[in-house]
Amino acid sequence: MASRNTIVAHVEDRPGVLARVASLFRRRGFNIESLTVGHCEEPGLSRMTIVVDGDDHQVDQVCRQLFKLIDVVSVEDITYTPMVDRELALIKVSASNFNRREVLDVVEVFRADVVDVHADALIVQVLGDEGKVSAAEKMFEQFGILEMVRTGRVAMRRGPQTTKPPAISDSQQAAAAIRAMLGRRPEGALPFASD
Amino acid sequence: MRLTGARILMECLRAEGVDVFFGYPGGVVLPLYNTLGEYPDIKHVLVRHEQAAAHAADGYARVAGRTGVCLATSGPGATNLVTGITTAYMDSVPMVVLTGNVARDLIGRDGFQEADITGITLPITKHNYLLMRASEIAPAVKEAFHIASTGRKGPVLVDIPKDVFVEEAEWDGYPQGVSLRGYPIMDVPRDDEVDHAAATINAAKRPIIIAGHGVVQSEAQDELIQFAERADSPVLTTLLGISGMPEDHELSYGFLGMHGHYYANMAADQADVVIGIGMRFDDRAMGRFSDFNPSAKIVHIDIDPAEIGKNFVTHAPVNGDVKETLSRLLPQIEQQTHPEWRGEIDQIMADHPTDYIEEGTGLGGPWLVKALAEYTQGQATIVTGVGQHQMWGAQYYPYTRARQWVTSGGLGTMGYEVPAAMGAQFAQQEPIWSLCGDGGFQMTSQELQTVADHNLPVRFAIFNNGFLGMVRQWQELFYEHNYHSVDLGQPDFVKLAEAYGVRGVRATTRAEAIQVFRDIEGYDGPVVIDFQLEREENVWPMVPAGAALSETIESAEEV
Repeated sequence: MASRNTIVAHVEDRPGVLARVASLFRRRGFNIESLTVGHCEEPGLSRMTIVVDGDDHQVDQVCRQLFKLIDVVSVEDITYTPMVDRELALIKVSASNFNRREVLDVVEVFRADVVDVHADALIVQVLGDEGKVSAAEKMFEQFGILEMVRTGRVAMRRGPQTTKPPAISDSQQAAAAIRAMLGRRPEGALPFASD
Repeated sequence: MRLTGARILMECLRAEGVDVFFGYPGGVVLPLYNTLGEYPDIKHVLVRHEQAAAHAADGYARVAGRTGVCLATSGPGATNLVTGITTAYMDSVPMVVLTGNVARDLIGRDGFQEADITGITLPITKHNYLLMRASEIAPAVKEAFHIASTGRKGPVLVDIPKDVFVEEAEWDGYPQGVSLRGYPIMDVPRDDEVDHAAATINAAKRPIIIAGHGVVQSEAQDELIQFAERADSPVLTTLLGISGMPEDHELSYGFLGMHGHYYANMAADQADVVIGIGMRFDDRAMGRFSDFNPSAKIVHIDIDPAEIGKNFVTHAPVNGDVKETLSRLLPQIEQQTHPEWRGEIDQIMADHPTDYIEEGTGLGGPWLVKALAEYTQGQATIVTGVGQHQMWGAQYYPYTRARQWVTSGGLGTMGYEVPAAMGAQFAQQEPIWSLCGDGGFQMTSQELQTVADHNLPVRFAIFNNGFLGMVRQWQELFYEHNYHSVDLGQPDFVKLAEAYGVRGVRATTRAEAIQVFRDIEGYDGPVVIDFQLEREENVWPMVPAGAALSETIESAEEV
């Protein structure tokens, strides 16, 4: 099944780690839809949210190849788990005295915020999942989008379950955790059979 | 105790038990060479081209079963290593590659002889380091050796700027361990995976084992034999798996693939359970993926979780070290007998033997390898280049001892044969036999000087047919005999050898070849033998590119 999968990876916060990840994607011909990097709850680690285009087999390969990078501490495909995913967009919309009210109506519908105002333009901040941000973008097009930036997806599992990296101390436990993550696939879409 | 970065590096190599490494000096590694005299127990072999340093470390590693080490200066020195590093990476050979770089304040400013070697080698190393402080050297070298030699083995590069060699740091002994959170050791397989694999194997009626380089790397020859005997399963090897299964064993049926044995290809194609052990279902081994034995259930044992399910739907995946996994699997395998299945393969073997030795007195590749096997009683360590001679070497020599066969399988690097044999010779006393193509030999023959410097008893057997033989074979079979750029001019190899102070001999007939074997018996220095072969001999059998194993052909008429 072709889809956009959401992968969460924890990586060592070291120079060159982004290049390693990017090099791997290029080398293996994997298609990155978006990649977002930032701090996480643990100092020394960064959290990457990677949205990958491909069928389940390809995405499984992405995870396995990512895990082989020494600086990658954990990898998990959370596509099939309940999760919250968000992205943020800043959209500079053309708006003058003649149509500002109409623009603000759209802003309100999307529960977006106006974060900058000028006589000829506004900057609107839209926060939401990919579908919502895309819908807002489409609505603002009628007024004229002067400039836009989207962050790419960040995501987190719902409920008490986490995608925390395995502890430093226990390498066997880490191996088991990685294997468990790697094996988790919806029935019928496996690279290997389950019978 | 405070030491310079250069001394710290050498102390680390000593602590790792490195007794030989291959290198070539240059501007930025001068501070390191300045200290080499203080470490006489770590032999530095001066090569004549950095590519050879990498191949030599690779050849040494494959024969010794230890991590090979090579060294080059910055810029062109480092980039010359790239082919050798990729060769090792593709074949999972443990190697630590040391490079110098320009001084720290020049990095990123396109200084003289600066190359971004850590960037260049990102996709061809298991991991790499650019060290910006002398205090980082010891932990990084410890990690490098650990990463190179565990899990799925491979090359690790450590790049050290010139002034870091000079900078002092505290040395309080070699680090005891490593802390690599993103690199758990995955040797021990999961019980449920082992159980599932055992049940699948126990239910097999027509099992086949395909043993790969992982069997050799994991030193699991004994475990493989026990496992095969218990499952009563014929054993094939991949090209790199050769020597992982003794070929005089009754369950050994040679190797499979593009130029594998006909019966091996058919056995793989007709099995009901295919048990891949320490191998990666490569296209050269398996033929066209979509038509490889679609009904077979695949059991795949491999240390690298990314290999499992990469090319084939895998019925029973087992992620673990080969030796560890086989010893856990063995008690669960019920004693099987498959006389009918083995009888079928024996019949195919009787009908389609790999025996393409032509009548006459002239020299042919298959004849020559068989004669060599007889002369060396099947005991020699064979290193090859890439092409026809490599395939004949794989087909006609009876390998029985692990690490007896050294070849560039994944990358297919011509020119590997000379420096890899040279490096391998540092791992054993008995003469290494280097099977050379006349094309490959000319790529790296400058190393005859290094071989002469150390009076290494390598026998370079040039399979000289005056052609790039394998390319010519393809042009003959698949490009309507349209020979282009394959008719190789060449020097007088005997005179070339003699110019380096190396013994050179020539044989043009079978009788002369046998005489040569007798003449060089016991000679303790290097020998170059120019075996002048029939020019247009082909390697058979063959799976044409893009064909399935079941479409293996045995003559040009079948193309």
